[in-house]
Amino acid sequence: MHPFTTITAIAAPIDEPNVDTNQLCPTRFNKVPRGPEHARILFHDRRFNADGSEKEHILNAEPFNRAQIIVADRNWGSGSSRESAVYALYEFGIRCVIASSFADIHSNNCYKNGLLPVVLAESECDDIRKQLRDSPGATISVDLAAQTVIDAKGKIHRFEIHPVRKKCLLEGLDDIARTLQYRAAFDAFEARYRDERPWLYNT
Amino acid sequence: MNPSVHSQAPLTLLDKIWNRHVVAEDGGELLLHVDRALIHEGASHAFIKLEQEGRTVARPQQVFAFNDHYVPTTGRDKGIAGIANAEIRNMVIQLQTNAVRHGITLFGMDDPRQGILHIVPPEQGITQPALLICGADSHTATHGAFGCLAFGIGASDMMHVMATQTLWQRRQKSMRITIEGEPGFGISPKDIILAIIAKIGVDGGTGHIIEYAGSTFRAMSMEGRMTVCNMSIEAGARAGMVAPDDTTYAYLHNRPYAPKGAQWDAAMALWRQLPSDAGARFDRDVSLNAADIAPMVTWGTNPQQGAPVTGVVPDPRAIQDPLTAQEVASAIDYQALTPGMALSDIQVDRVFIGSCTNGRIEDIRAAAAVARLGKAVVPAWVVPGSQLVKRQAEKEGLDAIFTAAGFEWREPGCSLCTAINGDQLRPGERCASTSNRNFKGRQGTGGRTHLVSPAMAAAAALKGRLTDVRDLLKNA
Repeated sequence: MHPFTTITAIAAPIDEPNVDTNQLCPTRFNKVPRGPEHARILFHDRRFNADGSEKEHILNAEPFNRAQIIVADRNWGSGSSRESAVYALYEFGIRCVIASSFADIHSNNCYKNGLLPVVLAESECDDIRKQLRDSPGATISVDLAAQTVIDAKGKIHRFEIHPVRKKCLLEGLDDIARTLQYRAAFDAFEARYRDERPWLYNT
Repeated sequence: MNPSVHSQAPLTLLDKIWNRHVVAEDGGELLLHVDRALIHEGASHAFIKLEQEGRTVARPQQVFAFNDHYVPTTGRDKGIAGIANAEIRNMVIQLQTNAVRHGITLFGMDDPRQGILHIVPPEQGITQPALLICGADSHTATHGAFGCLAFGIGASDMMHVMATQTLWQRRQKSMRITIEGEPGFGISPKDIILAIIAKIGVDGGTGHIIEYAGSTFRAMSMEGRMTVCNMSIEAGARAGMVAPDDTTYAYLHNRPYAPKGAQWDAAMALWRQLPSDAGARFDRDVSLNAADIAPMVTWGTNPQQGAPVTGVVPDPRAIQDPLTAQEVASAIDYQALTPGMALSDIQVDRVFIGSCTNGRIEDIRAAAAVARLGKAVVPAWVVPGSQLVKRQAEKEGLDAIFTAAGFEWREPGCSLCTAINGDQLRPGERCASTSNRNFKGRQGTGGRTHLVSPAMAAAAALKGRLTDVRDLLKNA
């Protein structure tokens, strides 16, 4: 996983609550192995017609086609657990999504792929989206170590993140290396567990 | 509060299961032992990661694979070679190849037990109380109906589970949804969960695990409990659960993977301790009255945008919050409806009965009881959730009822719920569907979905529009 430290980039406002993962990655693209074509899969059916031509969509036009940050509303990423939704965001170039809340599974998938989900208050998200609509192409800065977002007007917004998730993102660590350190604890656990519930291991 | 520290405090069902699965703790995250992992063709990303990192499946015996999302629902006699689309065929084959390579138990396309990954494990007794189950699918919440903790995870986490049989998690908040009383005439578990979602919202359960409590759930069959738990994710909760009771044990007894003999007794002794203690504290409590629930239909493009079938399409101008008003207007526009229109005036082009939400034998029976009252006036599909459901329905003569009423009786799979096996709506087509998601394009690009119960779906097929099934049943 690539680390996430700081970013200063163009941010795209998406004025819509409950954006589901079917929108981020329509289901028929779930079978596509992760790769550059995921950039086009992001919001595919909202961005492209059946013949492949572009529809009017904020992410299709300058300057937002170069956005690396999305500022959204509440319940971003609801619905299916498809990690392809994160691949689509990431391959498009998005490294951070700011929203007033995230769906649990999607938020987890973001963390596991080096994409930072930032939760700010609904009013803060509203304000930043308005700034971005008023000044298209304005940049905002996200500093994970400091846990801050600096909006287009220079105002600092602090966000919370679990210390373990923060460390993993900052250092680009996958969970699995950490897990393997607990091998002995796992073996001991499993031995007791199998003894207590032998029927789970019947074939 | 960490319940494992305060052992005197009353515990919830969730606490009890959670506490028994903690392998280690690090910086506020807990390493949990995973009892069963459930995967389908979509786990291809997890296998790619596994291979990229040169890892193996730690406990292949605890991983179960299901051909369901990509299997065709007709022409199955031709086998895998009969799948015309090479990309779809490849997804079915790939899962089988990965299962064989890693020694994972496969319920393949030609298996007489084949079916959806949230329907087959309960049928086989793979799903049991007290377990921690992770699935490569958000509707893994279904299994919580047995008093286990079951939730969906993405490909990275599934790779982690397969490689280590564990998962790092933080404790989630608990929510209890209590419903008391007997549901009215013609009301199904699907109506109950749609009413819950309409009340608490699509993010009402975010960050929470739901326990469904109260006399309504105690009186509900396992099939009904599964329908309710299945759609917990549509309320934002990764998992929903119902405490195990005699209904659970009667369902499980003698299933192939269920404990037998002395092991059954040992399991029962453990399971009987699971229900939440009196006085256990929940972070949030919600209550509904069963008698207040009417047959539900969704009008919009998320599962919260639903109402009793006797209602009307809302008017966005009457909504104060501007973003919500905009969201409702966008949904009404996509669905090609008009504010104030009676929901029972919505004409449908297609009907789909099936899915992990409503593809079980009781669902098929409920739909058949309505189908026998008339003839379908629009194309209507019945897709059983598994081969076992299909055979049971055929034994009861339900397939003949459907066929006589002009419904199409098909082979088991996810089919038109997730619309990636080739079964899909054409742009602009409108479907009354017993599935779980009405997102834009969910059943095919440009398709329009109205979520309903199996009986309501059958009623829509007979009338060609969303219809209050109670009127049909009353006059029967």
